Amino acid sequence: MATVHKDRIDYRNKIHPHKLALWVALGSILMMFVALTSAYVVKRAAGNWLDFDLPKIFYYNTFVILLSSVFLQMSYKGFLKGKEYVYKYMLVAAFIMGLAFVVLQYKGWLALHSIGIELSGNPSGSFIYVISGFHALHVLGGIVALILALVFAFKLPYKPTYRRKNRFELVLHYWHFIGFLWVYLLLFLFTQ
Amino acid sequence: MEKNSLLIDDEKLLKENGFNDHFHEHHHDEDPYQSNFFSKYVFSMDHKMIAKQFLITGMFWAVIGAAMSVIFRMQLGFPEESMTWIKPLLGKWIVVDSAGVGHLATEFYYALVTMHGTIIVFFVLTAGLSGTFSNLLIPLQIGARDMASPLLNMLSYWFFFLAGVIMFLSLFASTGPASGGWVAYPPLSVLPQASSGSGVGMTLWLVSLTFFVVSVLLGGINYITTVLNLRTKGMSMWRMPLTVWSFFITAIIGLLSFPVLVSGFLLLMADRSLGTSFYLSEIFINGQALDNVGGSPILYQHLFWFLGHPEVYIIILPAMGISSEVLSTHSRKPIFGYKAMVISIASIAFLSFLVWAHHMFMSGMNPFISNFFVIFTLIIAVPSAVKVFNWISTLYGGSIRLNTAMLYAIGFVSMFISGGLTGIYLGNSAIDIQMHDTYFVVAHFHIVMGVAAFFGMFAGIYHWFPKMYGRFMNETLGKLHFWGTMIGAYLIFWPMHYLGLAGVPRRYYSFDVFDTFSQFQSLNAFITVVAICTFFLQIVFIANFFHSIFFGKKVTSKNPWKSNTLEWTTPIMPGHGNWPGNIPTVHRWPYDYSKDGFDYIPQIQPPLEGETTESH
Repeated sequence: MATVHKDRIDYRNKIHPHKLALWVALGSILMMFVALTSAYVVKRAAGNWLDFDLPKIFYYNTFVILLSSVFLQMSYKGFLKGKEYVYKYMLVAAFIMGLAFVVLQYKGWLALHSIGIELSGNPSGSFIYVISGFHALHVLGGIVALILALVFAFKLPYKPTYRRKNRFELVLHYWHFIGFLWVYLLLFLFTQ
Repeated sequence: MEKNSLLIDDEKLLKENGFNDHFHEHHHDEDPYQSNFFSKYVFSMDHKMIAKQFLITGMFWAVIGAAMSVIFRMQLGFPEESMTWIKPLLGKWIVVDSAGVGHLATEFYYALVTMHGTIIVFFVLTAGLSGTFSNLLIPLQIGARDMASPLLNMLSYWFFFLAGVIMFLSLFASTGPASGGWVAYPPLSVLPQASSGSGVGMTLWLVSLTFFVVSVLLGGINYITTVLNLRTKGMSMWRMPLTVWSFFITAIIGLLSFPVLVSGFLLLMADRSLGTSFYLSEIFINGQALDNVGGSPILYQHLFWFLGHPEVYIIILPAMGISSEVLSTHSRKPIFGYKAMVISIASIAFLSFLVWAHHMFMSGMNPFISNFFVIFTLIIAVPSAVKVFNWISTLYGGSIRLNTAMLYAIGFVSMFISGGLTGIYLGNSAIDIQMHDTYFVVAHFHIVMGVAAFFGMFAGIYHWFPKMYGRFMNETLGKLHFWGTMIGAYLIFWPMHYLGLAGVPRRYYSFDVFDTFSQFQSLNAFITVVAICTFFLQIVFIANFFHSIFFGKKVTSKNPWKSNTLEWTTPIMPGHGNWPGNIPTVHRWPYDYSKDGFDYIPQIQPPLEGETTESH
């Protein structure tokens, strides 16, 4: 089996097809958010728009998701270098930070509610709820992937095979993607 | 041309020159893909079976979608006639008056128009066309065992199936299916009190199309990955057949545009269920003021048409690819301007993202912004004309075999020219003031993306039927089907240009209160009669298709069309993995027809003595 993979990699599969498929899928997820942010720009330009300051918690939360990405990267490095301890516990840390991000986003929505910005009010507020809510759904998808990674890490004996490395990279790339997607969304909302 | 016997035998080439990827070593006894009835025919992960599933499901929807058009054409052609006879099928949607004369309920007329558009655009010409042929041909023509992810490929079909089930159920909703047009513009589509179809019918429509988008995305991810990653040795991008190029670029457009539609739907669903006002502002309905303020219905139009325009290329590009391949094979000539063809496909794809607002010239959009969209729209005529020129040049001087596949490919070119030319009129925002929302538009898009795409699909079906089922379709019935459909399609849609020039609006239930349009009643009746005849003529095709699966003339050689592409190096009925031994390696582009005294030189043939292979 291993040799099969090797020949194939030599002459054509420079990137594993699953990874390429993931990247293509990330492109289309990105398009969804590009559409939502474009809709935001178009709607804002059309007038009847309520301006307000985004609650601070959304900014703090950015560090939480980025820290989670850092932990996951460290876990991946640990996986590659054979440091099983780093691999397992950094994965747990990344998972906890991911959950914390979702909880804090919910706090952010409560904060919006407390300053009188409702989902069903002026579209300027509805957009925040819909954009961050849709992003949170994608984070939840990532959390499911992290749970799978945790199961692999703790149930299976540690063995950095090609297959497991590749599978881990799929989770890693998705998780980095949604982290940076949030940075894009926040910078977008901040500059608008 | 008798020199062809000098070529090396395929089997020998595969054995000695093919690439051993050790595929069959880890599929010893049981083949996990087709070990029992369910895994072979139902939850199949084999790309060829999934292609057939897409095709037959697409055919089912084509019949439903076309039958709907026949029903509303009867209303348009014969508004006075009683439709009581169809009451057993349509039930309460036929309203019988005191004199015993039954009429189509007005709401249901709109529902039929909406469903006709939705079904044909999405279920037939997107899933049925690109789903079928991308699945069938991408792995076979690039020399791959299967798609990059057979599991996602299977899911792609079943999400499409699920979308179909939901849409089918919506037809039986007591308030009727969605009826706000296939574009589902708000506020009509948001407010259930605005029209009965905007209730549960609209909800089901949105859910169904969301699943449909999932299906398209899963399929598209697979097509792109497979093309980029699983091409066999020697199959460089510039040696791919134009079919594969067109499916590849179609998948890219789909992946960039369908997510935008989902975003539009997301906001629409929020408006429908969560009380937001993305698309609603200051609306009075039934004498009541709604408290939604601040939204903009135009916003939805932008999001919808950002998909909607690329969508027409998602439909037509596969038909272009299929026709290019069929034209070249059956005229025994290399496709004229291969690279120009690829570059035109790519530039059409690129431009398709810059023209969406030409569907919105009359929406109250800033007319100065229109200029931008007019210019890009007209520029699309350039790559389209390049393609038409190349198709005609391919035919010129060829040894043409006028079989059914070829007839349909030529018919495609004819339709594409006729419908494309009227696009130049409609792309002008000034002319659009008169033409928008008239039958001129209906005629234009039906010819250029409806009939043309169907013709591309038929060309593909007749051409690749031997690869799908190991038998031929009947040629006589095929030719009858072609000529009838060709003449029928022109007779239906050509007169609509005149209606449109006179300003007859589309989507209207009847014209009896407009004296101006009464002169067109006989023309409308004529169109309806031809539409009914053309509809029933399709029975010839369906009967031919299913009869030929079981009783058609058997294919006796591996390469019945003497074609160059790799799918004809597989066994007559390829099993899972496509090639029983090695996968082929590729040494030349796919269009070496009538070269150096050879009738054709398949892609697996190594360079002949003194031959240069990259001449295109």
